[in-house]
Amino acid sequence: MTNHWVDIKNADSILIMGSNAAEHHPISFKWVLKAKDKGATVMHIDPKFSRTSARSDFHVPLRSGTDIAFMGGMIKYILDNEAYQKQYMTEYTNAAFIVGGDYSFKDGMFAGYDAKTRTYDRKKWAFALDENGVPKRDKTLKDPRCVFQLMKKHYERYDLDKVSAITGVSKDNLLKVYKTYAATGAPDKSGTVMYALGWTQHSVGVQNIRSAAIIQLLLGNIGVAGGGINALRGEPNVQGSTDHCILWHILPGYLPVPSSQWQNLDEYNKANTPVSKDPMSANWWGNRPKYMASLLKGWFGDAGTKENGFGYDLLPKVEPGVDYSYMYLFQRMYEGKIKGGFVFGTNPCQSVPNSLKVRKAMDNLDWLVVGEVHHTETSDFWHRPGVDPKKIKTEVFLLPSCQRAEKGGTISNSGRWHMWHHKAVDPMGESKPMGQMIVEIFDAIRQKYKKDGGAFPDPILALDLPGDYDPDYLAKKINGWYTRDVVDGDKTYKKGDQVKNFTLLKDDGSTISLNWLYSGCYGPDGNLSLRRDLSQDEMQAKIGLFPKFSWCWPVNRRILYNRASVDLEGKPYAPEKAVIAWNGEKWIGDIPDGGWPPMASGKGKYPFIMQTEGHGQLYGPGRMDGPFPEHYEPAETPVKSHPFSKQLSSPVMKVIKSDMDVLAKPGDPKYPIVLTTYSMTEHWCGGGDTRNTPPLLEAEPQLYVEMSHELAKEKGVKNGDAVILESARGKVEAIAMVTIRMRPLNIQGKTVHLVGMPFCFGWTTPGVGDATNRLTPSVGDPNTTIPEYKACLVNLKKADKVTELNMS
Amino acid sequence: MAKSFFVDTSRCTACRGCQVACKEWHGHRAVPTRQRGSHQNPPELTPFNFKIVHFNEHMIDGRVEWLFFPEQCRHCVTAPCKDVADMYVEGAIVIDEPTGAVLYTDKTKELTIDQANEVKETCPYNIPRRDEDTGLVTKCDMCIDRVQAGMLPICVKTCCTGTMNFGERDAMLKLAEERLASVKKTHPKAELLDVDALNVIYLVTQPRTMYYEFAERKADPMTRKQLLAKFGKPVKRLFG
Ligand code: SF4
Ligand code: SF4
Ligand code: SF4
Repeated sequence: MTNHWVDIKNADSILIMGSNAAEHHPISFKWVLKAKDKGATVMHIDPKFSRTSARSDFHVPLRSGTDIAFMGGMIKYILDNEAYQKQYMTEYTNAAFIVGGDYSFKDGMFAGYDAKTRTYDRKKWAFALDENGVPKRDKTLKDPRCVFQLMKKHYERYDLDKVSAITGVSKDNLLKVYKTYAATGAPDKSGTVMYALGWTQHSVGVQNIRSAAIIQLLLGNIGVAGGGINALRGEPNVQGSTDHCILWHILPGYLPVPSSQWQNLDEYNKANTPVSKDPMSANWWGNRPKYMASLLKGWFGDAGTKENGFGYDLLPKVEPGVDYSYMYLFQRMYEGKIKGGFVFGTNPCQSVPNSLKVRKAMDNLDWLVVGEVHHTETSDFWHRPGVDPKKIKTEVFLLPSCQRAEKGGTISNSGRWHMWHHKAVDPMGESKPMGQMIVEIFDAIRQKYKKDGGAFPDPILALDLPGDYDPDYLAKKINGWYTRDVVDGDKTYKKGDQVKNFTLLKDDGSTISLNWLYSGCYGPDGNLSLRRDLSQDEMQAKIGLFPKFSWCWPVNRRILYNRASVDLEGKPYAPEKAVIAWNGEKWIGDIPDGGWPPMASGKGKYPFIMQTEGHGQLYGPGRMDGPFPEHYEPAETPVKSHPFSKQLSSPVMKVIKSDMDVLAKPGDPKYPIVLTTYSMTEHWCGGGDTRNTPPLLEAEPQLYVEMSHELAKEKGVKNGDAVILESARGKVEAIAMVTIRMRPLNIQGKTVHLVGMPFCFGWTTPGVGDATNRLTPSVGDPNTTIPEYKACLVNLKKADKVTELNMS
Repeated sequence: MAKSFFVDTSRCTACRGCQVACKEWHGHRAVPTRQRGSHQNPPELTPFNFKIVHFNEHMIDGRVEWLFFPEQCRHCVTAPCKDVADMYVEGAIVIDEPTGAVLYTDKTKELTIDQANEVKETCPYNIPRRDEDTGLVTKCDMCIDRVQAGMLPICVKTCCTGTMNFGERDAMLKLAEERLASVKKTHPKAELLDVDALNVIYLVTQPRTMYYEFAERKADPMTRKQLLAKFGKPVKRLFG
């Protein structure tokens, strides 16, 4: 989230899209309803009428996978009606930037496409630079090559007729949403976008979110109270795990993963440290070498020397162009190229697309270690239905993990609040925190290397990881300390002193920090994640900002990019809900994005400090699939063409290829129904945890498929009947939930049916059904490789007999 | 002054936090359920479910209305269930004077199956349930242990939307009237259900018949005399 949960109450308009917030983030509705009480309009745009829709002002059904068309129509509406916030757009976004001569867009394709590699040469999308190397700008916004004009041209095609035809949303409904939301372009109004996996899990996932970012930037809704792009993160600590690099392509704090193309730290820094020639741009990532050096020193301690790049030389490096994310990982496993592995806190045999393939891939493993609270479809894959355990060679080790309440430590919520939670009870039996397991396993490996040597023991022996697991020690180390006595300006710091925050981190090995973003959480004032102080000043009270409750990254800033909430003189655009204000000497309110004076002083810096050019990106040349979001159909689509271009689906989406990865043809008559999959309130993700929590299983006991009365009638299915769904990849049994909450959509003059299913039920809980993901395809977003769980094609029929569901 | 609940269904997201928390607090075992084409599960109250969220969907003027109703004992101001039980087993159902909670005690085990059924029949909201194994007749106990310890009932504590509220009856009545006035602006049919007779005051936005069968009050509470007349036979059997 750029903002935080409490802040939702400040919104004048709430657009919930790509999310079923009330069901999957129940607490969010505490704040949504508070906004509604004050007169905010709450809109839910989603294929299904859900509990979120029930509490919204209105629900607008759309076909899954057409969000960009919907949002593109809104961008056009805002531009046509000049509903944008002019000063904000001109000064703080890249609307005025001139794009270089190589950029073009023709019939669904951007310049620079290489059909062989299915990638774009993104250099073709660069900005035009002046003689100083600074992007050229035309603040009159008239230059035909400026972002504003190119954007206008790009979205000209997204008229109501076309958008309505492809999304299935009536023109009235489109206008109702566009008009209501665009009203937040008034400087003193704000609108928030709440999204979740309903946007990310598409072959155009990143661009779904980009389209919302564009709308928010046009309307001046980023950096303000009640605004922002708010990703509702799933698990209570999914924000923390992302920040601390659960993903393969980053190190903690969003530092790129070392690659074989950068053999030493200098090469790494050179390739990954952006340079801005514009003195007004803070270009914060210019500090990256300090953060990397502090991380490496944290990992390798004294063994990290200047000579070995503070330990960079000891790190494994990825190969450029290779995707290590999990769909590819299971492909390699399926090909027999992976021999063993560790699975902690995830249940891939249940939650990775095309589960039948994933389960088969697991059969190729020699060994598997699973850290889990309960048996799951993954820990028990070797005796799954239809498989003879005697024929599975894999040796499986199941390490019992303790539950949340049985361990202390920090979590980071969606609003980036870093909060300590205390252990309530001791772990049951032999169970342990997963962190403990990891240090113990690592320590055993280290001892073995010490004793027996090995091919390349250095990285393992050099790692500065204590053999005991102590969350408090780790929290301190994440914040960072000085490795030697340091004189910095007029201040002296002693070796071992905690660093105040990341502005003091150094690239010379004198500081460590396991995650620069969190530096400041445990400085000289101690562990701020423990704070539960609700005090605030009057200005903060107006917007529900609690600066002394827990701690928030970065540097306790609660609303990111908040300097965009003020005009050039530092006066809040929305005085009634000001985030920060310049009092003539300093900023008051929230912690500003840097303490520089207002822009009009001539000594200011542009507010979007994480962008090299300092401006919000209406035009985003860094993405793999184009600088402007463009509508493409999902990999499996019920239509053979769409009105925006001849390019049916994303030319750069990731498509995994194997004999088991079959896709239905566009408009395939064998699979005419769109399937979307989701979580639910009562079960958590793949359900491994919650299916073993009896009161939750009581409330949601079995796999269902939500469908319209019209489809049910067509298929001769009654509410409560067992049905069989089939995609090009697998079959699944489910109970029909026939409901008015699902409606057939009119797509390009034809009726298209949609069905929706949760994915939490698996065979290790008897009679509840088995993985919905046996239906979904191994297709992913080109930027993130997040799978397209939200839109694929199926057919369904009434079941003659069932084996997966208990019917009595 | 008695305690009351105010249940503002216009805010309910049917998250079922209350339903599950109620079970957890009381240490109730899970009952076996099946998916029957509805999210509502268990389908009705059981001896192990003092609270159930009802789901009902309607199409009204082309608009989906999905109505949620977190059902529990209404803690009647004059509890007809108690009147009946009193005729058979003194002390099976008691009133906690400070809170007004209608409490079912261990002595409900002494009620015969027929008598327990009469208790259930008399309840205008079909609330009490008998555990076939132990003979105990049970229902929502207002989390009396929590309330006596100065805490909120767990279903109120767990509700994040402001649907479940609990406090002094006066305060709840005031809140209910305020919310009604505000909700009526968008839902002209909104009303408070049987305010005078109950210590659990529901605000509904649509006609009560649209929620579930017993959102409607089955009958007016009977006087003791009417009761005696109605159940004259079994009473005689008891004493004869
Ligand atoms: S906890 Fe509150 S919002 Fe959730 S179902 Fe119960 S009453 Fe409704
Ligand atoms: S609602 Fe029914 S069970 Fe509850 S007090 Fe009234 S009569 Fe008794
Ligand atoms: S008051 Fe207590 S017993 Fe009654 S419904 Fe709420 S949680 Fe259950």
